[in-house]
Amino acid sequence: MQLSKRTLTRTVISAAILAATTGFAFAEGTLKVGLLSILEGPFAVPGQDGIRGAELALKQKGGTAGGMKIQLISGSSDGNPDKAVAATRKLVEQDKVQVMIGPLSGDEGIAVKNYAKTQAGITFINGSSGAQAATLNDPSTNFFRFNTEGAQWMVGLGDHALSKGYKKMFLIAEDYGFPYSQVQGFMASYCAKGGKVLDKAWVPLGTKDYASVIAKIPKDVDALLVVLGGSDAVNFLTQYEQAGGTKPMVGGSITVDQTVLNYKGKRRESLVGTASAGPMADSLDTAEWKKFVADYKANFKDGFPSPSLFAYLYYINTKAALDGLDAVKGDLSGGQKKYREALQKTKFVGPAGEVVIDANRNGVGPTYITEVTKAADGSLFNKVVKTVPNITQTLGLPEAEFKKMGLGTRDIPDCRK
Amino acid sequence: MSAAQWRRAMNTQLPRAQVSVVTQAPDRSATSFPGYIPTQDLSNQNKSWLSRAWSNIRIRHCLVLLGLFIYPLIASPFFTYQIAAQSMALGLIALSLTFLGGYGGMVSLSQMTVAGVSGYLIAIFGTSSMTAISLGWPWWLAVIFSILISIVFATLVGWLSIRTEGIHTIMITLAIGVAFFYLTQQNYVLFNGFQGFSKIGSPTVGDVDFKDPNAFYFLSVGCALLSYWSVKYLVRAPFGMALQGIRDNPRRMNSLGFNITAHRLAAHAFAGLLASVGGILLIWYNNRISPGSINTGALINILVIAVLGGMKHPIGAFIGAITFVLLQNFAIDLVDRQRFNLVIGSVFLLIVFFSPDGLLGLWQKLRVRWASSGRDERIQGSRRA
Amino acid sequence: MKRSELAFWWLLVLPLVLLSLWGLYEDATLFLKTTLNGLTLAALYFIVASGFTLVFGLMRNVNLAHGSLFLIGAYIGWIAGEYTGSWLLAVLAGFISAAIIGVLIQIIVFRRMQGEDLRQTLVTIGLSIVLADLMLWYFGGEIYTFDPPAWIYGTTSLPIIEKFPTYRLIVLCISIVIGLGLWTVLTRTRIGMMIRAGVDDRGMLSASGVNVQRIFALTFALGAGLAGLAGVVGGTALSISPGEDTRYLLASLVVVIVGGMGSVPGAAIGALLIGLAEQFGQAYAPTYSVVFTFVIMIIALAFRPRGVLGKAI
Repeated sequence: MQLSKRTLTRTVISAAILAATTGFAFAEGTLKVGLLSILEGPFAVPGQDGIRGAELALKQKGGTAGGMKIQLISGSSDGNPDKAVAATRKLVEQDKVQVMIGPLSGDEGIAVKNYAKTQAGITFINGSSGAQAATLNDPSTNFFRFNTEGAQWMVGLGDHALSKGYKKMFLIAEDYGFPYSQVQGFMASYCAKGGKVLDKAWVPLGTKDYASVIAKIPKDVDALLVVLGGSDAVNFLTQYEQAGGTKPMVGGSITVDQTVLNYKGKRRESLVGTASAGPMADSLDTAEWKKFVADYKANFKDGFPSPSLFAYLYYINTKAALDGLDAVKGDLSGGQKKYREALQKTKFVGPAGEVVIDANRNGVGPTYITEVTKAADGSLFNKVVKTVPNITQTLGLPEAEFKKMGLGTRDIPDCRK
Repeated sequence: MSAAQWRRAMNTQLPRAQVSVVTQAPDRSATSFPGYIPTQDLSNQNKSWLSRAWSNIRIRHCLVLLGLFIYPLIASPFFTYQIAAQSMALGLIALSLTFLGGYGGMVSLSQMTVAGVSGYLIAIFGTSSMTAISLGWPWWLAVIFSILISIVFATLVGWLSIRTEGIHTIMITLAIGVAFFYLTQQNYVLFNGFQGFSKIGSPTVGDVDFKDPNAFYFLSVGCALLSYWSVKYLVRAPFGMALQGIRDNPRRMNSLGFNITAHRLAAHAFAGLLASVGGILLIWYNNRISPGSINTGALINILVIAVLGGMKHPIGAFIGAITFVLLQNFAIDLVDRQRFNLVIGSVFLLIVFFSPDGLLGLWQKLRVRWASSGRDERIQGSRRA
Repeated sequence: MKRSELAFWWLLVLPLVLLSLWGLYEDATLFLKTTLNGLTLAALYFIVASGFTLVFGLMRNVNLAHGSLFLIGAYIGWIAGEYTGSWLLAVLAGFISAAIIGVLIQIIVFRRMQGEDLRQTLVTIGLSIVLADLMLWYFGGEIYTFDPPAWIYGTTSLPIIEKFPTYRLIVLCISIVIGLGLWTVLTRTRIGMMIRAGVDDRGMLSASGVNVQRIFALTFALGAGLAGLAGVVGGTALSISPGEDTRYLLASLVVVIVGGMGSVPGAAIGALLIGLAEQFGQAYAPTYSVVFTFVIMIIALAFRPRGVLGKAI
C-alpha cells in the first residue's frame, strides 16, 4: 500500500542519516593534532602561511613525534571569535584531537582560551594570536603560548623612535584588541622617556577610505605611528602618499610585514625606511634563521619570498608541541600531565632566538627593531637594526607599575601632554 | 498540495469550497510568490479541539517524536550538542523568518539581529566575563527582560519596515541589521566592541545543569517543538488567516475592516518572540556573543536556512537548519579545506535555482511523482506542488 | 509643498547649515578637505550605484551579484593592465568583461525568473557567494593595486586645502561624465526612450515591434559594465581585495534605496548624501561614522519608502 511504502522509504532514509551520524573510526598509532587558522576573509593569506609554518615543523620531524605518526587536521575560521570556537569545538569533540594548535588572531585567542578551560584533558597551544589577555587575564593551565604577544613585540621601538628624533607622534590604528596591545607596548617606554602621542585615530576594522583620517593629522607631528594590518595598511600608505604626506612612519608588527610588502602593485617606494618591530625579521643573520628560510623556500614553491610572521609563529608553536611529545615519548596519559610539564620546560633555539615560557605559559623572547630596505633585486624586506632580548609580559616595566597601568585599551596608556 | 490532501478536500461535505483550486489566471502578488501557502483543509472544523488534534496525528509524527527522544542516546555528545542543539536554535530564528515571510509576506533579514539583541541583553543583564558591564541578575530575570525588550525592538523594526514591500523590506531590514552590527562593534560602554562578551553560562535549574549536552539538547528541542506547534496553531487561528489575507490582498482586507498595520506589527512582535528565544538558546550554546555573531554573513545565513528548507511550511526552517549545520561542519572534510564556502554556496544556488521552495518543494515534487507513478493517473498533472 | 513638509525640511537643513558654519570657523582646511573627500567618495559610489539602479529600476531585476561584477571587472582589468601596461586598457577591459558576464547572468538567470523578486534575490546571493570564493581561489587573498599614469596619481595644490590627491578629482570628473552620459542616453536617444518605455509597459513596447529581450540584455550589459568600470576606477583609489564585493554591494544598495530605484539623478543624490555623511562622520565622529550611513538609509526609508526621487513601482 502507498502508506506503508511511504513509511518504509522514510524509515530507510532516516536510518541512513542516523547511520551516517555515528562518526568514523581512525587508524591506531596515529596522534591527531588540530590546526586552526584563518582560511576565510581578509586574513586568509596570512592564515595560509601559518599552516605552511606548522607543516614545515612537522616535515622537519619526518611526520612523527613521540613515536607516533602525527595527523594534522585543519579547521578554519574567518577572524571571528565565535567561528574560531566552533571550529575548535568540532576538532576537539568530533575529530577527537588530543592537541590543539591555533588560533591566528588576538580576539580568537581569548575565546579559545576560555573554551580550553572547559576541556581540561586537551592541551591547547597557540598559533599566532597575540592579545595580552589570553595569558595575562584569567589564564588557563592548559593553554600554552610559546611566542611573545603583541605588546611585547613593540618594546624597544619607542626608544628607537625617540632616537630618530620623533618626539611627537600621531596614532592611526584599527579599533580592536591586538592594536591596543601593540600601542601599549610602544607607549610604555616611549611615554616614560618623554615622547608624546598627540592623538589617537582608532578606525573601525576594514576601513578603506582614510582621507578624513589623513586630513586630521596635525601639522606639528614628527612621525606617524601606524598600527594597521593587511589591506588596511596598504590602503593607508597609498592614500597618504597620494595626499602629499611626507611624514615618516613607524609601523606596527603587521603593518610592514611580508604580506603587505608583497602586494600586487607598483606603489611601494613610499614604504622604504619605515621602522617597525616584531619577534622576527626577514634579514636575521643567524644560521638558524637562514636554515628556516631555506627550508621554507624549498618546501613551499607557492609561498612568499620569505616566511611571514605567521609562518614563523605557527612554526615555533608546532615545534614546541612536537618536541614536548618527543620528550615524554608520546605519553599523554593522566590528563596529559607529563606532557604539560615537558612543555613548561621547553627551551630550544628557534629561527629567531630562544624559545622559553614563563609561569603564565607565555613566551619570553627577543624583539627585533627593523627598517624597510630595498634589496638588490628590487624587492622589499625588513632589515634588523637592533635587538632587544628577553622581554616579558610586563614590557620592561616593574611589575607593580605594569599592574597599575592595566591592559591596553583605547585610552590606556595616554600621554598627550 | 499532495494527492491525498486533494482527495480529502474534494470529498468534503462543506457547502463552500475551502480548497483554493486555481481556476483563473493567478494573481501576480499571491501565487507567484515563492512563499505562498495554500489555504489549509478545514473539513474538521465542527469537531472539538482535542479530537481534531487527535485525528490529525499520523504515524510520522509519532516516529519523529520518538526519534527526537532517543537521539541523544545513540548519537555522540558532539552531535547532540553542536549539530542537533545548534540546529534547533538556528531553526527557531529561521522559523520566525518563515512565519514573517511565508505567512506574512514580509521577508525580513533582521531576525538574526533580534536574536542578537536578546543575546546581548542576556550578557548585559546576567553574568559574563565583563564584570564592569554585566549586571549579574538571576538568569530567569535576565531572560524575561531580554525577551520583552527584544519584542519591543522587533516591533520597532516592524514599524519601520511595514511601509515598504518586497525587495525594499529586505533592504531596510538588512540596513537595520548592519547598523546594529556596526553599533555593537564600535561601542565599548555597553556592548564591549569587537571582543563581545564571553563566559555566559547556561543556568542550573534545580538539579538540571543545562551545560550538559543532553539537558541542553532537550531544552532546545522543547523550545523548538513549542514554537513549531504555536506557529501551526496561529496560522489557522483567525489572526493567522487574516495575516495571510493581508499578504495576498491588503487592500481588500482593509476594506473588509481589518487593521492592516496592527496585524503586521503583531506578526513582527510574534516573530520577535520566536527569534529572541532562539537568540537566548544560541548565546547559551556558544557561551559567548560578539559582533561577528550578527554580521552580514550571519543575517544572510538565516535567509539561506529558511529558503533551503522551504518557506511553505514551518518544518522547513528546521530542515534547512539541520542541512546547513551539517554542511557547515562537514563540508571541510569532504572538499579541499579552503573551498567549503564554494560548497555551501553551490548547494544553496542549486536548490534555489531548481526548487524555489527549497528542500520541502523538492520533496513535494518527488511525492507527486511517486503518487502519480502509482495508480492515481487522473491526479497527475492536475496541480504541481 | 505643504506647510508641514516645508517645516520638516527647515528642521533638517537648519542644523546642518549651522554645523557647517561652525566647522568652517573651527578649522576651515579640515572642513573643506572633508567636503571634497565626501564629494569624491560620492563620485565613486555613484559610478557603482548607477549600474545597479539602471538594472533594478529599469528591469526590476534585483541583482545582488552586482558587487561580484565589480570585483571581477577589477581583477580582469588588473590582469589586462599588467599585460599591456596601460591603465586605460585596464578600465576598458574591466568594463567589457563585466558587461559580458552580466549578459550571461541576464540570459541564464533573470530571463527565467522575471517578476519573482525574492527568487532573484536568493539566486544572486548564492551566485555572489560562489563567485566570491572562485575569485579567492584564483586570485588569492592578496591586495591588488593598479598602476595609473603618473600625472593622474600625484597631488594637486588647491587654494585653502593645499595638497589633494589628483586621482580623486579625476574620479569626480569621470563620474560627472558618466552621469551626464547616462542621463543623455536615457532621455535624449531612441534607445533610452525604448528602455524607459519598457519599464513602464513592457507589453506595449513589445507590441510596437521592439525586441524587448535585446533591449534588456543591452541595459543589463551597460549596468554590469558600469560596475566593472567602477571596479578598476575604485580599485585604483582604494585597492582590491576579497570582501570588496560585499562592501560595494552594500554601498550601492544604500545609495539606491536612499536616492530612489531606477532614477539616475536619484542615485546621484543618494551617493552625495552617503559619501558626505561617511566622510564627515569619519572626520568629526569616527567611532560611529559607519553607523551613520545606515541610519540615514533607515530614516530615508521610514519617511520616503520609495527613496528621495523614486517612482512608484
